[in-house]
Amino acid sequence: MVGHIHSIETCGTVDGPGMRFVVFFKGCPMRCMYCHNPDTWDMKGGEEKTVDELLEQYESLKPFYTNGGITATGGEPLMQIDFLIELFEAAKKRGIHTCLDTSGIMFRRNNPDILAKYDRLLKVTDLIMLDIKHIDPDEHKKLTRQPLDNILDFARYADEKGNAIRIRHVIVPDITYKPEYLKRVGYFMAELNNVKQLEVLPYHNMGVVKYEKLGIDYPLKDTKPLTNDDAIKAKEIILGAMKERREELGK
Amino acid sequence: METTAWNGFAGSKWKKFIDVRDFIQNNYTPYEGDDSFLAGPTQNTKDLWAQVMDLTKKEREAGGVLDMDTKIVSTLTSHGAGYLDKNKETIVGFQTDAPFKRGMNVYGGLRMAMKACEDNGYSMDPEVVDFFSKHRKTHNEGVFDVYDAEIRKCRTNHIITGLPDAYGRGRIIGDYRRVALYGTDRLIEDKLEQKESFGRVYTDDVIRGKEEISEQIKALKELTKMASFYGFDISKPATNVQEAIQWLYFGYLGAVKEQNGAAMSLGRTSTFIDIYAERDLAAGTFTEEQIQEFVDHFVMKLRCVKFARTPEYNQIFAGDPVWVTESLGGMGVDGRTLVSKTSFRFLNTLNNLGTAPEPNMTVLWSTRLPIGWKQFCAKMSIKSSSIQYENDDMMRPIHGDDYGIACCVSSMVIGKEMQFFGARANLAKCLLYAINGGVDECTGVQVGPKYRPVEGDGPLDYDDVMAKFDDMMTWQARVYVSALNIIHYMHDKYAYERIQMALHDRDVKRYFATGVAGLSIVADSLSAIKYAKVYPVRNEQGIIVSYRTEGDFPKYGNNDDRVDEIATSIVTTFMNKLRQNHVYRNGVPTQSILTITSNVTYGKNTGDTPCGRKHGAPFAPGANPLHKRDTHGAVASLASVAKIPFRDAQDGISNTFSIIPGALGKEDQVFVGDIDIDLSK
Repeated sequence: MVGHIHSIETCGTVDGPGMRFVVFFKGCPMRCMYCHNPDTWDMKGGEEKTVDELLEQYESLKPFYTNGGITATGGEPLMQIDFLIELFEAAKKRGIHTCLDTSGIMFRRNNPDILAKYDRLLKVTDLIMLDIKHIDPDEHKKLTRQPLDNILDFARYADEKGNAIRIRHVIVPDITYKPEYLKRVGYFMAELNNVKQLEVLPYHNMGVVKYEKLGIDYPLKDTKPLTNDDAIKAKEIILGAMKERREELGK
Repeated sequence: METTAWNGFAGSKWKKFIDVRDFIQNNYTPYEGDDSFLAGPTQNTKDLWAQVMDLTKKEREAGGVLDMDTKIVSTLTSHGAGYLDKNKETIVGFQTDAPFKRGMNVYGGLRMAMKACEDNGYSMDPEVVDFFSKHRKTHNEGVFDVYDAEIRKCRTNHIITGLPDAYGRGRIIGDYRRVALYGTDRLIEDKLEQKESFGRVYTDDVIRGKEEISEQIKALKELTKMASFYGFDISKPATNVQEAIQWLYFGYLGAVKEQNGAAMSLGRTSTFIDIYAERDLAAGTFTEEQIQEFVDHFVMKLRCVKFARTPEYNQIFAGDPVWVTESLGGMGVDGRTLVSKTSFRFLNTLNNLGTAPEPNMTVLWSTRLPIGWKQFCAKMSIKSSSIQYENDDMMRPIHGDDYGIACCVSSMVIGKEMQFFGARANLAKCLLYAINGGVDECTGVQVGPKYRPVEGDGPLDYDDVMAKFDDMMTWQARVYVSALNIIHYMHDKYAYERIQMALHDRDVKRYFATGVAGLSIVADSLSAIKYAKVYPVRNEQGIIVSYRTEGDFPKYGNNDDRVDEIATSIVTTFMNKLRQNHVYRNGVPTQSILTITSNVTYGKNTGDTPCGRKHGAPFAPGANPLHKRDTHGAVASLASVAKIPFRDAQDGISNTFSIIPGALGKEDQVFVGDIDIDLSK
């Protein structure tokens, strides 16, 4: 089997713990307004790679990844779930730490075939970095053109299976940077039992160049990057709400 | 009777013999804690640094040089004491009698020294010119008396570049710690014994050896006199940490007064100094604030070392560097770390005095370093962008645990090894000479031997080009080593580094350092010839001046063995060719791949290359991939570089790479390094 790979970053320092071999998958059904990798949206282009090819490359660079591992991101890696399962299963056999950076959008609990695949995948995934784009279903749809329900359902399912979860949330002025929404993110996190980490990502506009290259209109032209101070505030609001709800739930 | 200066110090070997490492091993205190003990700058430190900043501003306004001596040739005792503010300085000494006044060093070469004056708006005193024209030959004159036409042509056509034939070679680190530990009387006594030890059979080597040691003894006496100008008696050992730093600095100051060398490095002093600091802290002689102040003032002095140089020199070296390299940390062969509190205090000067390129703080990195030190290094790197890292785990097996770095990467055991600095051979140009049968692609001059050039207009044949390149490298290595033999012979004769060598053992290992430029160009060019189709483009004279490439080819810097193996084999091949030559003074040939500063100049002087690089485009630094050719991220690029065998590039392999702190991980307040949710709070 081959995977459609957009690119490899051999010096990944911001996508999971330690220094990582980051595989950018091609294809994504989401159309997040602030997406900084619009060049991964479609399945066209990129390179076809086998699991062996990827892991061979990983092995040749192994000394650099003593505290890291491999991260699948994209794009949406779950669009190529069969390849992803093969990759992570092979990686685990070699003792490599596996990290999945996903929106969870592809998850379907009601389809037994699909669910069986998720069960296989979750068994060989050491860390899930779940990107919650927006906590409000309507706003989520506006921001990403996709519904929210399956995403939250994926979080619950992975949580049930005992997978370690890191929540990632991009804080965008006027869109997600509102106390009401931030609190709701915290409330949702409180329901889960295996959320280990929260990463707030201040919105930046470094992806604009790619949009120009691709000839796509950049929807957030007028949105300013979020300051670090605001990002800290956002983090505190989310964590505050999370703790509040956990107490209510008697956790 | 044993000196009271050594009270409380353990060990015996170092007391009988000159052996600083033994002293360190018997007495130092490894520090595995964090940076919380460090002290900030004192008011005096702030005042003095403000003075330095003010002088720096004035110097810039004056066009780069504030003052320059044009009358008195700089020697150990040529100038009286100089101060910023005598009452505030805890460590004293300038190269001349005033801060920011540059000394005049003529022994390297008269013309260069005159030009350094003129280019900066001064002119050398006619009497000095007269003296060095009629009565005293310089290194530069000696070299050019012997150079042949071939070497001269190689110089002017830039296939061999930056040769230290008109300026001081540098790269010799005196063991300045010896001045502090033993005092000059004991060192002189030792040198007298060494002189006797040559015996009575007067071979050329013995005659030279004895003459050099006599020069060293004179230098030690003059150093003692120089220190007396400042009111210190360094003939006896230092008795506390302030004196230890002061004595040590006097040793270094002597070196930079006499030698305007291409790199005047300090060595590995911090943990040596720390032994005195620990003793004084325990005895209550000094406080942490005071000890930090001494270190701050020492570093301030190192930042004020200045030489008179020409714009051309500054172009080669991209500025006016002194390369006051101090090697910090590392691990001992017994498994203890050599990081001490004073290693921290050195890096803390970047807090107390702010960021500066000098002294070149070089951390000898080991995976086994204590975590507190690693974290502090990372923190200071992010804050200052001023720390260099080198691989202790790679160098320790070769040099043991008392080596230091000269310049940027040249490793040598302190006081036991030195190096003959040897500039660079332009390998990319050598490849072009191979293609053009020794004719220079820029000047059209027949520089190399008239071997058969590439014929016809068909695509270049890999085997054919490789065979030609191999022959041309043999030639280049021979001319290069010949030039260096002449240079080092004359430097020893006319510009001998007597104070630095006085702080060495009698029998030193001499590394005969060479270097290459353009490795990534050669690798990519050969890869293009092998894996794509490269057509030659000729000018009217039939010289191949450009290339047209069809198809793609593997590029060095992507962890791709197809091309990385070309790069590594070239390194080994050229090293072996260097080894085939006779080397002056039984030197041990080494090679570096570390051009850091001169890549623009190399680019200007090297025509189009088969890899697609155009005439004038800069070379990549050191062993770096060519600009934008590495497409698989930094780690793949580093992996390509890491394949180069250290045994064939022992003088150092550099990979310069810039990264914004944010890309090194999420360190700032938002992420605070920890994103873990702590529900206990």
